[in-house]
Amino acid sequence: MQLFVVQLLSGLASAASLFLVASGLSLIFGVTRIVNFAHGAFFMLGAYLAFTLTERFSGPLGFWGSMALAAVLVGLLGALFEMLLLRRIYRAPELFQLLATFGATLVVEDVVLLIWGPEELLGPRAPGLAGAVEVIGKRVPSYDVFLILLGPLVLALLWLILHRTRWGVLVRAATQDRDMVAALGVNQKWLFTGVFALGTFLAGLGGALQAPREAADHTMDLRIIIEIFVVVVIGGLGSIEGAFVAAILVSVLNAFGILIVPKISLVLVFLLMAIVLVIRPTGLFGRREGAARMSGAVVINVWKPLDLDGFVIALALVAAAALAPLALGPYGLAVATEIAIFVLFAASLHLLVSVGGLASFGHAAFLGLGSYGAALAMKLAGSPMLPALVAGPLLAAFGAAVIGWFVVRLSGVYAAMLTLAFAQILWSIAFQWTPVTGGDNGLLGIWPPPWAASASHFYWLTLALVVLAVAGLRMIIFSPFGYALRAARDSDLRSEAIGIDRRRVQWRAFVIAGAGAGLAGALFAFLKGSVFPGAMSVSTSIDGLVMVLLGGVETVSGPIVGAVVYKLLSIWLVSHTDYSKLVLGLVIIGLVLLFPKGIAGSILLPRLRRVATAREKAAT
Amino acid sequence: MIENGLKSLIAIAAALTMFASARADDIKIGEINSYSALPQFTVPYRKGWQLAIDEINAKGGVDGKKLVVISKDDSGKPANAVTAANELVSNEGVALLAGTFFSNIGLAVADFAAQKKVLFVAGEPLTDAITWSKGNRYTFRLRPSNYEQAAMLAEEAAKLPAKRWATIAPNYEYGQSAVSVFKKLLSAKRPDVKWVAEQWPPEGKIDAGAVLEAIDAAKPDAILNVEFGPDLVKLVREGDTRGTFQHRSVVSFLTGEPEYLDPLKSEAPQGWIVTGYPWYDIKTPEHEAFLKAYQDKYHDYPRLGSVVGYSLMKGIAAILAKAGSTDTDKMIAAAEGVSFDTPFGPVTFRAIDHQSTMGAFVGKTALKDGKAVMVDAVYRKGSDYMPSDEEVRKLRPRN
Amino acid sequence: MSALIEAHGLAKAYGGVHAVRGVSLAVSPGEIVALIGPNGAGKTTCFNMLNGQIRPDAGTIRLDGRDIAGWPPREVSRLGVGRTFQITATFASMSVIENVQMVLLSHAGRLGCLWGLATRAERAPAEALLTLVGMLDEAGRPSAELAYGDLKRLELAMALANDPGLLLMDEPTAGMSPRDRVELMALTAGIAREKHLGVLFTEHDMDVVFRHADRILVLSRGELIAEGRPDEVRRNPKVQAVYLGEGLAYRDGRAR
Repeated sequence: MQLFVVQLLSGLASAASLFLVASGLSLIFGVTRIVNFAHGAFFMLGAYLAFTLTERFSGPLGFWGSMALAAVLVGLLGALFEMLLLRRIYRAPELFQLLATFGATLVVEDVVLLIWGPEELLGPRAPGLAGAVEVIGKRVPSYDVFLILLGPLVLALLWLILHRTRWGVLVRAATQDRDMVAALGVNQKWLFTGVFALGTFLAGLGGALQAPREAADHTMDLRIIIEIFVVVVIGGLGSIEGAFVAAILVSVLNAFGILIVPKISLVLVFLLMAIVLVIRPTGLFGRREGAARMSGAVVINVWKPLDLDGFVIALALVAAAALAPLALGPYGLAVATEIAIFVLFAASLHLLVSVGGLASFGHAAFLGLGSYGAALAMKLAGSPMLPALVAGPLLAAFGAAVIGWFVVRLSGVYAAMLTLAFAQILWSIAFQWTPVTGGDNGLLGIWPPPWAASASHFYWLTLALVVLAVAGLRMIIFSPFGYALRAARDSDLRSEAIGIDRRRVQWRAFVIAGAGAGLAGALFAFLKGSVFPGAMSVSTSIDGLVMVLLGGVETVSGPIVGAVVYKLLSIWLVSHTDYSKLVLGLVIIGLVLLFPKGIAGSILLPRLRRVATAREKAAT
Repeated sequence: MIENGLKSLIAIAAALTMFASARADDIKIGEINSYSALPQFTVPYRKGWQLAIDEINAKGGVDGKKLVVISKDDSGKPANAVTAANELVSNEGVALLAGTFFSNIGLAVADFAAQKKVLFVAGEPLTDAITWSKGNRYTFRLRPSNYEQAAMLAEEAAKLPAKRWATIAPNYEYGQSAVSVFKKLLSAKRPDVKWVAEQWPPEGKIDAGAVLEAIDAAKPDAILNVEFGPDLVKLVREGDTRGTFQHRSVVSFLTGEPEYLDPLKSEAPQGWIVTGYPWYDIKTPEHEAFLKAYQDKYHDYPRLGSVVGYSLMKGIAAILAKAGSTDTDKMIAAAEGVSFDTPFGPVTFRAIDHQSTMGAFVGKTALKDGKAVMVDAVYRKGSDYMPSDEEVRKLRPRN
Repeated sequence: MSALIEAHGLAKAYGGVHAVRGVSLAVSPGEIVALIGPNGAGKTTCFNMLNGQIRPDAGTIRLDGRDIAGWPPREVSRLGVGRTFQITATFASMSVIENVQMVLLSHAGRLGCLWGLATRAERAPAEALLTLVGMLDEAGRPSAELAYGDLKRLELAMALANDPGLLLMDEPTAGMSPRDRVELMALTAGIAREKHLGVLFTEHDMDVVFRHADRILVLSRGELIAEGRPDEVRRNPKVQAVYLGEGLAYRDGRAR
């Protein structure tokens, strides 16, 4: 009984902290539809600012004042971020803002290092709340009690703001129908800024309130961002009450779960999300996203297959790539091989995201399945490389079939989050199933046989396979099936009316995309000689999205351009500076501002079109 | 605080210029570490190896050749480490590879080194697999392994009256093997010991309150802790408030290292039996010399990472001197059994498993003048805490 | 003449509110039938039950002799039903002709094919359909660029592309200017007569209704209150009451 009570209280205290941060994210997403990847960074800033301020100002007034000030400062930074950056890209294709917030996260991570240094910073405890209170003969930290009381208080305050103020009513209206609110003459700009400021204020407050419980360190943002996304989705996007209930559910279940299965923390939150989404596809309290009044990615330039000119250019590029071993040494070729592999990865994701309109945050799961499939074929079945290169994509396709079946039954961000849940579940299986997968020490010794071992031979092998696969994907895009996939994306209503089974089409796309990523993964295993669970991590999935978005989500060649640019940049940066994240983040933000249609979309295609129209004019 | 950043930038610039000025007859050492992911460890670590390199080169280098370190960051990802290793070997033409921090990265680079037939001297990775279950002839490891540290702590733990033990360890290979080796060794010494509870919070995501209450519910007499870094901080604060550690013995891996102890400041736990590095309290001539040189150069006190970096380069210099060449096979032959000086005294790379005999300090945590320190620290030689040669041979793959 | 589509006793309630109650109707080949009624009468609900978007609580729907109540729209369409939507639903990322080709490809069961250039398939039949609605010149244009009236014509071409026997049109002239309305309905009616198709459409514009409908069904508050030829319906006192009001609202001070 005693244990039950203390575990419950412990869970509730963690829930309060989680709720605070998650509520901000839910609010932001609900109104602006922005997947605010930088939310964890604001949380982290809150913690660091609270540390500095509480060290400076002592005493109860100093402490609580510092907390409030830290949160307010973060809110202001959030507003600034929204005004300077996000405002310019609201018109960009869906998910494009993800790029901007992703870039911001990278920047903040290194800025925090530069300002506060590498050590963990432990601030003072809350004055008056440093001790414990006795509850049924056990000591419960007073600060925990404070948090438990604070949680519902914040919920109530938020509820009041959202239901009893004019601004709040507008926010709730915007959550339901953004375009209508704009049409009614509400100044959308300031509404969004206000929401973003409030959301980041809450994140900063959450971070500041964690200061008495943990030290501020520069990886806090990554550690919390996935968890709060999951909480928000479980609760239902845009629902503050949902975030509250979900935070409690997650934290309390975890507090009790570890009594039964001590290792369950790793996967509990994702299992929970997967279960909730399968039963209630829009989260506990979420409602179906209102049909957008403007159809999704409105592409004015119709996709055309390569004409003769385009084909010749493509052939020339492939030939040039094939000649790379003449110019590059073994290291350069290894880099080129890695780039080629990720071109395939991005191209396979592109099929889902751009053609199918299905955002996926878990595509790395298939990369990982491909890697592990190939590695296990080699290690367990003793198979040589070529069959292993088939085993990898097969395993990935199988995984995609299973995952895809569930995911196509959801829509929008919920579908994307379900892909994340599955990817994380697979990741934690790879991480924990040590006898088979080697756990976090991975599988080693996955090297190509002597005939393919030299850098140039393996490069040619990879290039050949990647070119074939990407060409195949392109062919599929322009095939009747590819058109059906696009049709399902463009208009669910119309495609249904002409006899297209959306779920089946999208499921097939999943399997194809999964197989493509699986081949990339299998090649990756042989390139690095090893497979680690990190191949399936969220960061790899996000990298894939970044590549597709960077290249231009509305184009067909975008992913190739995006993958090359992003990979080249990150490899070069990591090799030359310790602050690669800062530079990469700034570059991404710069690209986002300069090329809102992505690199291919903004530069290459208009130029090609100009050339094409000039030709036509000359011909007539 | 901005100064730290600027200092780091200047350090990087210095390192880069070092690389830029490598001459044809210099010996190039390729070094990889998680600089951007773990600055807390890698900043002092880099200072350590830079100090060593400066000292070695000031005395004319090795056989008249200067040592040049080309250092790459792996961002904490094994895939990046392999890329970096490739760059160092293929592009930069380094004579050997060194460094790494995380166990899985160490293993990945070790496997790469075996494939490309390059010598790899691992500095920090603790996993036993690097010299045992996944050992290969190209890989050597400096720091005392998981096994050794577990053995040192188990020895102290066996002296405690405690019979009921609980464990808290991060849920990944390092945590899992630390606990399993400790359990095996302690149970061997003390068959009466009962393991009453274990918790496995994910690394970096500990819910300290819930974990501690779960442990407390089993009423252990003693707790083994393997948490470190931010998780340790949370654990200590929560445990302090809830009184979980009161009237209980606590044995803790790595906590005595300044990297992990200092952030706790005045809240450091007291009386924990830990491995660590009491730099303020080591009265040997080797260490005093190192301490003075380090403090003169950097106006900062060394961390354990500094000792690792310093000793790593000293070890490599000794290998190069003994081999008289940068031919990999000759270097490997020279490395087996080579002895060199470190701030902890003379250390040897064992021929049988390429593990160095570097040891660790075992002591107790305490508070002195409001600062966290290690007291009653005794240096334990690594070689005293190894399994028998026969067992070691069985553990290594037959190569 | 056997009916193309027949519904008996359709009913649908939403939480106690009867949107549609006991509605029966039939459309025969070559017949143009209008479904009218004031707002909230249940026209859209009725319509959506016929095309499969909503599952009826009660009643049967027979299409070509098959019971299709509860079938999803894609299966209903495969039985030879063409649709247009109140808010035009076309494939914005495709060109005009590609939109039509999509329907043709789907009808031919070729949308599962992973190879071949879709843009070359079924080109001739697509061009024929575009010619029929007068859109051939715009074949290569991105459909997202079309003016509203042209979009409606494209939709008509798409609705005809799967060789339907029945056209279901949801407010086909919604949002159009009076002249465009006339043109579009004339085109539609002409094609329907020529091909001997059945047409069921909902509408608010009474001019359009009375000009082209062979039969009119009037719904009010979920029930069918009148059915018959246009002149019959126009004279029907219940219909007049429903549209013009009975002036009862304020008679006894009681709201109806």
